[in-house]
Amino acid sequence: MLGEPWTLSPAVALRPEPFGAMAYHFGNRKLTFLKRMELVQVVRGLADHADVRAALVAAGVPEAQWPGYVDALAGLAAADMIRPRTMEGAVA
Amino acid sequence: MTILESRPETVRPQGGTLIQQFELGLDAPICLTWELTYACNLECAHCLSSSGRRDPRELTTEQCEAVIDELQRMQVFYVNIGGGEPTIRPDFWHLLQYAVDHQVGVKFSTNGVRLNPERARFLASTDYVDVQISLDGATAEVNDYVRGPGSFDTAITALQNLQDAGFEDAKISVVCTRQNIGQLDEFKALADRFGATLRLTRLRPSGRGADVWDELHPLPEQQRELYDWLVANGGDVLTGDSFFHLSAFGGTDGGGALPGLNLCGAGRVVCLIDPIGDVYACPFAIHDNFLAGNLLADGGFQTVWQRSELFAELRSPQTGGACSSCAFFDSCRGGCMAAKFFTGLPLDGPDPECVQGYGESALASPDRVLPPQGQDHSKANPTRNQPVMLTLSRRPGLEDGPAAPPTSACAESPLAGFTP
Ligand code: SF4
Ligand code: SF4
Repeated sequence: MLGEPWTLSPAVALRPEPFGAMAYHFGNRKLTFLKRMELVQVVRGLADHADVRAALVAAGVPEAQWPGYVDALAGLAAADMIRPRTMEGAVA
Repeated sequence: MTILESRPETVRPQGGTLIQQFELGLDAPICLTWELTYACNLECAHCLSSSGRRDPRELTTEQCEAVIDELQRMQVFYVNIGGGEPTIRPDFWHLLQYAVDHQVGVKFSTNGVRLNPERARFLASTDYVDVQISLDGATAEVNDYVRGPGSFDTAITALQNLQDAGFEDAKISVVCTRQNIGQLDEFKALADRFGATLRLTRLRPSGRGADVWDELHPLPEQQRELYDWLVANGGDVLTGDSFFHLSAFGGTDGGGALPGLNLCGAGRVVCLIDPIGDVYACPFAIHDNFLAGNLLADGGFQTVWQRSELFAELRSPQTGGACSSCAFFDSCRGGCMAAKFFTGLPLDGPDPECVQGYGESALASPDRVLPPQGQDHSKANPTRNQPVMLTLSRRPGLEDGPAAPPTSACAESPLAGFTP
């Protein structure tokens, strides 16, 4: 996943919370919670970076913690909170 | 009901569990119930909001629209609408559409009275609207005893209309009582027949429920039956997270806890907006002690949610009191605040239905004083819709005394549709 381009799903809104954010999916109406500010920053940054690795670097996440973040992102992907970016998306 | 000058600062653990974070409160509720009117065509014996008559101060259409606008700004993506019977407000369908158009999804609770084929087709054509039909017996006999004559047929007709119109996945919402716990399989079969999802919730001694709680609340062995049934069928059934006190039937390690948050969300992730704009900590706590403020008088819902003194208190660390030495405290958390309050038990002690049996001894204490009830919008004169139960249980002098409420929810699970 680290080398892939991803983005927040268009059906999802992020609501800031004191500890991170709540993600709401308008399509399947699922709620999920991002429990750290850094994870919120990574998720928000996905669309602006070439790949997940770049988004992690930009959010200042130390490399040693990347596996934990990748797990969290995989969980979000399974709930369709984030999606792989298509080629057009990557170019834009 | 004081509103603080500014939002209280909270120190939060970095990376704490979600439950810890929820206990300290959120920027906006996850599980918001909004009762649109106190008017109702029925007179259910256990009505949590003591509904019956419209209150002349109820919010106007414009005021309701302003509330929806504010919910949209606060990113409250979902609201549970109830009452009273919300569909008898003439602007109900307009408000439903208005909410959906403003990214506020709606689940509404109804006894079905206005769900004719035409409305059912309208509902089937909307995304983002959920319908929940209240039914408290799998047979007319059991249901109508508490909900009133004809109410079973009304609910079944509504379910049929929804199904015929192609509305998918309606909810059938059941308050579990001594009379209907033996019907759990029948409820499930009924839900399957209509392509609906069954939702079971706990009877709380709120509203008129306080008058009939002694007679209706499940017996200890029925609580066990319910727990076992939920463990066996839990995956397909919603509970509004309302049975967490039963988790103490599981192991002390929390194994056997029912899925859900296992936390009293009142004022933390849950709250109620009542028909006149009063904001309470929980739909089951319509009482001055749990009144946070009024959204018209106190500068809007967000101000009340974020700056009410009451909510700040509910979000501050609580002690478990007599429960904290209990081996099951982590899964049960001392149970439901509203259930304790309306049965006159200390809020930091065991739940009246504590499965360890501590509730019974607490209920037997001579020091117990029942609180006076809050709002009462019950009909002054009984009508032909009055359930048998109410004619039996209404005692002289009680008509305008007690009041607290029950058909909506802790109503909704803060966890509904959410996997931690
Ligand atoms: S119903 Fe009881 S447990 Fe649930 S939020 Fe209200 S007071 Fe708390
Ligand atoms: S003593 Fe308190 S924590 Fe223990 S089971 Fe009873 S209500 Fe729950």
